[in-house]
Amino acid sequence: MRRTVAALLSKELVLELRTRESVPAMVLFTITTYVVFHFGLDRNSIDGDLASGVLWVTLLFAAILGINRLFVAEHEQGGFDGFLLAPVDRTALFVAKAIALFAYLTVVELFAVPAFAVLLLGPSLGQALPGLIVVLLAANAGIAVVGTLVAALAIQTRARDLMVSLLALPLLVPVVLAASSATAPLLAAGGAGALTGNWMAMLALYDLLFALVAYAIFDFLLED
Amino acid sequence: MPDPEPAVSLRGAGRRYGERAALRDVSLELAAGQTLVVFGPNGAGKTTLLRMLATLLRPHAGEVRVLGCALPDDGYAVRGRIGFLGHDPLLYRELSGRENLRFHARLHGVVDAAARVQAVLDAVGMQARADDPVAELSRGMVQRVAVARAVLHEPELLLLDEPLANLDPAAVAQVMPLIGPGMRTRVLTSHDPVGGLVGADVALGLKGGRAQLLGPAAAVTPAQIAALYA
Repeated sequence: MRRTVAALLSKELVLELRTRESVPAMVLFTITTYVVFHFGLDRNSIDGDLASGVLWVTLLFAAILGINRLFVAEHEQGGFDGFLLAPVDRTALFVAKAIALFAYLTVVELFAVPAFAVLLLGPSLGQALPGLIVVLLAANAGIAVVGTLVAALAIQTRARDLMVSLLALPLLVPVVLAASSATAPLLAAGGAGALTGNWMAMLALYDLLFALVAYAIFDFLLED
Repeated sequence: MPDPEPAVSLRGAGRRYGERAALRDVSLELAAGQTLVVFGPNGAGKTTLLRMLATLLRPHAGEVRVLGCALPDDGYAVRGRIGFLGHDPLLYRELSGRENLRFHARLHGVVDAAARVQAVLDAVGMQARADDPVAELSRGMVQRVAVARAVLHEPELLLLDEPLANLDPAAVAQVMPLIGPGMRTRVLTSHDPVGGLVGADVALGLKGGRAQLLGPAAAVTPAQIAALYA
């Protein structure tokens, strides 16, 4: 399976590098949204719960853009058939796509978090950064797993964009809730607090649960 | 000595799309190494039959066996032993022909993939444009790369949906050694009542999803095939 995942992932990343259809759109959306918040909130800076909420809701909507496009090449260029004809474990496609989405989200955050800090965040990011990176990675894993599952389901339908939003947003509410709650103390006005164990445990549990669900049902999503 | 199992065997095979039956009660047997040519007007069920044999569609009725394996249950056992060439070339437009073939070679676990990819590219006459993105190739060139993809892993059974579409005579001459009659079992579709029968052992005529014509290709006349389109 590792050989298959490697082949699928390298193809995925080469296609993204050549077409630049997902990551640039996600980055532009995120930065534009922070600019809109900057003027819309009419405040010099934000911190705590509000900062955390703005950060995560924006990242969630940016993720939806990436999820929407995740299986488009497979659907439009016969990639599904090419893959299904090969004697390989079908779960490899899920793993490769989830890793690709995780990578896209991470790249987006490399631009989004500094932009957020410059445009909106009151407290300095420096102290909060180690904890924030942990939360970002854990949340990215959850978004990648659920996003890949939803993308595979929605690509078979005519209203793909609508289906992704309708399915992914409710399913990802626990991720946003946990990530936002875990991030809020890190962005507190009085200096970065400690990472909240309970919320991180919830994120980890969510990631594990949906990874198991995806492993169990992904094959069936590819069946005709 | 018992007869060897047919390479392809259908008994009352059927397939629906929703309420519409695309294939109804089709039965036939094809021995290993033989060629079955399928004729029929658009919407007759030819592509459905090929996709069903390729394990891409589940049969909804009857029994389907390919290379000794019952479908859909044993589909995993025949994937990789089938070369499928459909209307869609199954190539990523932003990758070059060589990159596409390398990708498929990795999926199929082809040994010495680089050499094999080069060999099939040479065979279809695409060595000069092998590194151009598929999006920049003509339809005929894309078809040649698609033929290379279909035979890359040296499949036992070739499923070819109008394989010579978009090919000029020189390209036809280049690809025929790869997909023409020979050691492999073949199922192909055609609209050419004369050329389609060349090299075929068994002919099947479909109309409205039903087998209207089935017999040795040598006994089938172009007039019988033309009647399918009337």
